[in-house]
Amino acid sequence: MEHVLEMPITEAQVRALKVGDHVTLERTLFGIRDATLIAMFDRSRTTRFDLAGHALLHTAPNVRKVEPSAEAPTGYAPLCIGTTTSQRMERFTRPLLERNGARIIIGKGGMGPASLQAFRDFGGAYLAVVGGAAALETTWIEAIEDVDLDDLHPESLWRFRIRHFGPLMVAMDSHGGSLYARIQEDAAARRAAVLAKLDAGD
Amino acid sequence: MQLDTRELEELSKTLYVRALKLLPRDIKAGFTALQARETDATGRAVLATMVENIAVAERTNNLLCQDTGIPIYNVTIGRNVAFDGVAMKDAIRRGCERATTEHPLRSSVVHPLTRRNEQTSCGVRIPIINVDFDDRDETVEVEMIPKGSGSENGSFLQMLIPADGVAAIKRFVVDRVIELGGRVCPPTIVGVGIGGTSDLCMHLAKIAATRPLGTTCVDAEGAKIEAALSEAVNELGIGPQGLGGRATAFRVHVEVAATHITMNPVAVNIQCHSARRASAVITPGGIAFV
Repeated sequence: MEHVLEMPITEAQVRALKVGDHVTLERTLFGIRDATLIAMFDRSRTTRFDLAGHALLHTAPNVRKVEPSAEAPTGYAPLCIGTTTSQRMERFTRPLLERNGARIIIGKGGMGPASLQAFRDFGGAYLAVVGGAAALETTWIEAIEDVDLDDLHPESLWRFRIRHFGPLMVAMDSHGGSLYARIQEDAAARRAAVLAKLDAGD
Repeated sequence: MQLDTRELEELSKTLYVRALKLLPRDIKAGFTALQARETDATGRAVLATMVENIAVAERTNNLLCQDTGIPIYNVTIGRNVAFDGVAMKDAIRRGCERATTEHPLRSSVVHPLTRRNEQTSCGVRIPIINVDFDDRDETVEVEMIPKGSGSENGSFLQMLIPADGVAAIKRFVVDRVIELGGRVCPPTIVGVGIGGTSDLCMHLAKIAATRPLGTTCVDAEGAKIEAALSEAVNELGIGPQGLGGRATAFRVHVEVAATHITMNPVAVNIQCHSARRASAVITPGGIAFV
């Protein structure tokens, strides 16, 4: 199924997403990653941004400093914005959903059981971007609208204005579905035959 | 030939930016080969997006991937080259710094304890500068590798023992590939180091992961394991981005070194699908990008 989501969204909207569906996001997207999350949840830093109902992309962009203007109010213009590996952010999914009301995590490589449980408990989903395809991803981002916690630069909390961001595949949903878990089980099941062929069975 | 450090500084800057924007020909050919064999619909779609990204990066003169990596410079110095080693390393470092501030690029390098980012892509012992020698006359080759962290975090060392045999080496590689799944941005080049000391073994894995596609391990036994493992990892179903499919790896590359009678070390280092590197050769005739 195909979805177009005008951000922010409601719990009912995120619970309508199922693994294998495709989603295109419109309007607003936040960028967040390791240092931002460590600051927020381990060091009690707060953000002035309201993340409720929003989508968070695991990223730290390449930017160029420019004269502040209507197009670049923060004095940053986007150069190259892509997606980082999500697994490192695993323990922050629950507080992002529970405390900040975030609804969608976008990343690459998937997340684990703690994130899946949080998606089920609070209503959330994980969308897979093709990692390493940042030149293409950058064309979906119109502008950097705002930035917070910029002393952590480039791992600041970024607010992007987006247009047709996607399509992205729903890889984890709020109903316990995880494409990554399914593929891990499948690989584990194939392991014995693969090792036998290598004369390396245990 | 006298190595001109000002020229080397400019080249070190240029190579960093070139590596980030232009994917090597052998990797592009690797994508074509994977696309021909991929049968999974999601796998095909993901590979098509990656190939589209390479074209978008070239068309928009943009970076292929936002991760500017840990900068690595491999310098190979031939015969009859006069150089000041300290000045050479300083020049490379300045070039790396200038690429970051002048392009500009995201600095992805921090102090390991304070996590402070100097916004220069440089820090303690970074960029990594490896110096080696070969027998080409009046030639200096510089290779720049911006090593992405998603794949670098997929690094492992196991000090196996002789009684574990070759079987344990193969099992170790297959199990790490399963464990890593989509985290390392597949399709990957799985770099495997076999033998040496612990540090050499890990370095061999890096050499293997960053070796061009289409090359084979020069050691005959290493080449056999390389071929067998290359088939094996693509039968696990992990696929591009770990979303399912055949194309888990372009190839498994193996590098070997002699080891101790009591030792059987194996190391894994992964290169992601954005397998970026850029090289140039300096000769008395000038600079040629290869």
